[in-house]
Amino acid sequence: MWEIGLGHYLTVAAILFTIGIFGIFLNRKNVIIILMSVELMLLAVNINFVAFSWALQDLVGQIFTMFVLTVAAAEAAIGLAILVIYFRNRGSIEVEDINVMKG
Amino acid sequence: MGFTFTEIMPAWPEIFLACAAMGLLVLGVFMKTGAARSISWLSVLALVATGILEIVVVPDGGRVHIFNQLFVADVFTTFVKCLILGASAVGIIMSLGYNDREDIARFEFPILILLATLGMMMMVSAADLISLYVGLELQSLSLYVIAAFRRDSVKSSEAGLKYFVLGALASGMLLYGSSMIYGFSGSTNFLQLAKVLDADASAGIIVGLVFVMVGLAFKISAFPFHMWTPDVYEGAPTPVTAFFAAAPKMAAMALFISVLVGPFGNLVAQWQQVLVLIAIGSMLLGGFAAITQSNIKRLLAYSSIGNMGYALIGLSAGTKDGYSAVLIYMSIYLVMTVGAFAVVLCMRREGRMVEEVKDLAGLSKTQPAMAALMALFMFSMAGIPPLAGFFGKFYVFLAAIEAKLYILAIIGVLASVVAAYYYLRIVMTMYFTEPVEDLDRNVGPELSTIQAIAGAFVLFFILFAEPVVQMTNQAIASLTSG
Repeated sequence: MWEIGLGHYLTVAAILFTIGIFGIFLNRKNVIIILMSVELMLLAVNINFVAFSWALQDLVGQIFTMFVLTVAAAEAAIGLAILVIYFRNRGSIEVEDINVMKG
Repeated sequence: MGFTFTEIMPAWPEIFLACAAMGLLVLGVFMKTGAARSISWLSVLALVATGILEIVVVPDGGRVHIFNQLFVADVFTTFVKCLILGASAVGIIMSLGYNDREDIARFEFPILILLATLGMMMMVSAADLISLYVGLELQSLSLYVIAAFRRDSVKSSEAGLKYFVLGALASGMLLYGSSMIYGFSGSTNFLQLAKVLDADASAGIIVGLVFVMVGLAFKISAFPFHMWTPDVYEGAPTPVTAFFAAAPKMAAMALFISVLVGPFGNLVAQWQQVLVLIAIGSMLLGGFAAITQSNIKRLLAYSSIGNMGYALIGLSAGTKDGYSAVLIYMSIYLVMTVGAFAVVLCMRREGRMVEEVKDLAGLSKTQPAMAALMALFMFSMAGIPPLAGFFGKFYVFLAAIEAKLYILAIIGVLASVVAAYYYLRIVMTMYFTEPVEDLDRNVGPELSTIQAIAGAFVLFFILFAEPVVQMTNQAIASLTSG
């Protein structure tokens, strides 16, 4: 009785994307959670692309998704590397401690 | 389907730079000691060779699309890429002495700059949302790493972390926008988009466009997405800051122009309003927030936010004259900012970097030549004729007035008066306060050469303003030729 259509996929993606953004701004605890939120945003975009690709019957969207996945992996690697050197210097990865420079 | 080697001629410079970067990386690993300096000079050589190649392969007249319309080359991309290559080469040269003295001379540094430059060139030549994204990420990922390059310093690693988080957020926004544009227009190709989109585009397209603009505004650090700029500028090692303020700004601004003019050329009315707000916000913030800054790197960060605001005035005019004014403004900004940072890099006392404005006190008595050059850069940034900065502002304001954006032009002039206050305060500190302690001399011949060249450009721009304007007009003509 319920037909899952483009609108549903887009809604899920929009919700996930919003959760990702809120995860970055509202989270006061841990930088790892920020990295997870970034990943969530990118994956939400991937859902969008695949859903559109299916709706348009066009492969470009899925190719774009492959690129996004690849870049997201590189981005996570670099993010974690920076986080490691930050932890070595500061001894903490709490978001509230990232305040040597105020801005 | 395959390509012959001559078909892809417009991409030769990029291919060469990619190979050079990888070759130098291997070379750097195999060299035992002293690799940093030789790899740096070889990188500069590679950048210069890429620039020459770029000029050789430039298509005369129209635009050439290759790789199934993923990549475009024309006079506009060549002009911007040459500026980017120059700024990157200068960035590497400026880092040499600093990295040696601060004990962070590693050969990875110039390689990362090469890769970032390659990303910027891809961004400028992108003719599809996919190549745009990949180019942008290649640039951003390299920049995140060099922001945190001084890995034993809390400030530098914090700068890297902040830049990474906010940059990743911006990429996410840009991607979400791209997905909306793809979904509602059915294509990611710029040529196709330009054909499909017309003035009454659907809401999905507008939402996508706004998201893409947010992502790009992050990259040029325009208001209200500027919050990373002061922290990253302050925390990153000074030559990295100098690089950040120059080449990536130029690339992102060129991308901004080519995205808005190309695929979204028919939606001027929609993006113009957004750009006007961003421009006004950036100019006012750049003017007022810098007044209270005492750290010169933070001050220059706010100054660059303000400068992006002025450049966006030209873009929001939505005319050919406006776009060409942006290119003129950005070229002049590039030289001024490189010159100013070359002075900041000379601010050392007893072998340590000092970064406060008050450390410049009495510089006119201790090192008159450097003080005079810094004063020149500051007067130019404040827009005092007949220096280069005046012409940059003049052309963007002219374009705004011709496009009947009177309020924008008036706010721009007022904001530049406010900004003049803090530029002149630096000049006042150098000339009318007593020296506390002398700054170190012997900072190396590279920095003084860069200062002198930038100073000469700023001072004598008036003499060759005409050919520069013609060049930018030609670049914009080829960009808009379709």
